Amino acid sequence: MNDAEPLLRLRGIGKNFGPVHALTDINLDIPAGQVTALVGDNGAGKSTLIKTIAGIWEPNRGEILWQGKPVHFRSPKDATNAGIATVYQDLALADNLDIVQNMMLGHELLKAGLLDEIAMEKTAKKTLADLRVTTVRNIRQPVGSLSGGQRQAVAVAKAVQLDARLVIMDEPTAALGVSQTALVLEIIEQLASRGIAVLVISHNLTDVFRVADRIAVLYLGRMVSSGPVGNYDTNSAVHWMTTGTAPNGHIASPQSTEG
Amino acid sequence: MTSVNQEPTPTNTDIITTPDASADLLANSFGDYVRIVGRRIRSGESGALPVIVGLIVIVVFFYAKNSLFLSAGNLVNLMAQSAFIITLGMAEIFVLLLGDIDLAAGYTAACGAVIALWMLALGDPWWAAVLVALAATAAYGALQGIITAKLGLPSFVVTLAGLLGLSGLLLYLINATGNIGVGGVISLHNGVINDIENGYLNPTATWIVMIAIAVVAGLAIFYGDFRRRTAGLVAPPVSVTLLKIAGVAIAALVVAAIANQNRGRLIVVEGMPWSVLVVLAILFIWTVLLGRTRFGRYVYAIGGNAEAARRAGISIVRIRTLAFMLCGLTAGMTGIIYASYLGSISNGVNGGQNVLNGVAAAVIGGTSLFGGRGRMLHAVIGGLVVGVIYNGLALLGLSAAAQLMWTALVLLAAVIVDRVTRRGSAA
Repeated sequence: MNDAEPLLRLRGIGKNFGPVHALTDINLDIPAGQVTALVGDNGAGKSTLIKTIAGIWEPNRGEILWQGKPVHFRSPKDATNAGIATVYQDLALADNLDIVQNMMLGHELLKAGLLDEIAMEKTAKKTLADLRVTTVRNIRQPVGSLSGGQRQAVAVAKAVQLDARLVIMDEPTAALGVSQTALVLEIIEQLASRGIAVLVISHNLTDVFRVADRIAVLYLGRMVSSGPVGNYDTNSAVHWMTTGTAPNGHIASPQSTEG
Repeated sequence: MTSVNQEPTPTNTDIITTPDASADLLANSFGDYVRIVGRRIRSGESGALPVIVGLIVIVVFFYAKNSLFLSAGNLVNLMAQSAFIITLGMAEIFVLLLGDIDLAAGYTAACGAVIALWMLALGDPWWAAVLVALAATAAYGALQGIITAKLGLPSFVVTLAGLLGLSGLLLYLINATGNIGVGGVISLHNGVINDIENGYLNPTATWIVMIAIAVVAGLAIFYGDFRRRTAGLVAPPVSVTLLKIAGVAIAALVVAAIANQNRGRLIVVEGMPWSVLVVLAILFIWTVLLGRTRFGRYVYAIGGNAEAARRAGISIVRIRTLAFMLCGLTAGMTGIIYASYLGSISNGVNGGQNVLNGVAAAVIGGTSLFGGRGRMLHAVIGGLVVGVIYNGLALLGLSAAAQLMWTALVLLAAVIVDRVTRRGSAA
């Protein structure tokens, strides 16, 4: 996978809000079928970066290559149409609707002008089965009655439903218990095993090391380090995140993937 | 991969859902079904059950006070009396589901009635009068919707302005009719419109229509559950399907049996009022619209989480405008039913009180004021509760003052019961 063209490649991305440089010269490769963890301290620019990829903000400098071709996402819709799905922390689920209704929201299947509940339920069921989400007892229960991990699962399934090639997840395990976290991490692995690229923002290094194939460290708006997860351990990752510099005596000094 | 922290992976078996989903979809057997329903009631997901129990209690109370209350004549009267409260409740449900409210709907109804009766007085055919009145009220509803949705204003304020404006328009319109609206009253002289509330199907037709409704509804329920079952999807147990069908059939036959009793004193009066059929027809169409179309799904989605709906690509402005338009349209229908009930329309119509009765009907029936939760059927159940109170207290010879205060108490009780039972599930 690594020698092929990465699914998404960021080249010298810069973004500023007035005089504030939120992102400076960001280079990052996101390969298909792998989990890339985006880590960094508060205010490092993680949210700004994913919002730039998701089409919410246009970068001021640099270019985004999607499957090797330069793209300009002017709205979240452009990014969605290209195959980039973003699962934000608020998940954007309607608690009063059931799992099927939430997953198909905005993409309902019709039959003779009326909602085709059976076809929609089958579609949703298949997507959940593909992701090995087996803990929901009933696909017709309102999302409001689900646990945090299950809600996260539904939100991811909803994104995957739309043929996403890249799924971006913002703190998917924040505020989840141990078993719920395991459920979400399992889903992330399932996504990657199906050839989908996953970009995860996380504060929890335990989760990162459990699930990530690659790590990218942001520090004050700069990509200070990125590379395969094997190049890091918890101590070195924390050092990169908090100081933006290589830890002393680090064996395989990870370099920026590009440039 | 250097995994630094090797924790034991927890099992997923301990992940369970806390509140239950609908018993319809979880139960494997009838006993299961009863157990789940019981659990749901205890955890606050009681649905329409408390209201129906409340309705029965009120009915028993009035019957104990005056046995005439359950006479065929009074029950048919009750059906006719409740019709406009029910339809106004249905109008409100469209906007209540979004978390909005339409305070003007009572006067929208009155103005629609004035337009229809004015045209009838000028000699236009009844269908033209109805069409123009409904078009006007729907257009007015859409206007309120556009203002609310486009400018992001609270519907409470926009429709409060509508309430004031339309109560003025009502006076203006009746004045403008000149010698048609003498003394501020336009009389209704059209047979068809008059028959909505004052005409009856003959007993044979009553039986045929109600049996047909029972059969069609029964088949629809059976076919729907059967398809789910054969497709291997979650479906209620067969016994529950049969129970639902039996419930619909019994309700239809009881209404027909009551309506077909002779309730005249000097001459024979029997058969079901047309208003029952009109209400059932509106109930059916609006239920399909809310439950089986994209529009309906989007209304619930916006009421549940507007941001989620927006991100799913749903145009909130469009759906809200449509919902307000349908509210106006249904209010127009209410106006015509109301005029048929009164035999006239006057400039003294209390549109403010009517609309609040409509909202009360929807809320008593179980529709949430905060959006996302509710069904058209709630307006029927709640409208009957409001109708029963007005009818029963009038039968006991109590004044309008008592009627209003009792309705207030029941509304309050409904909201408190809703809140208390729901608190159990909030944790």
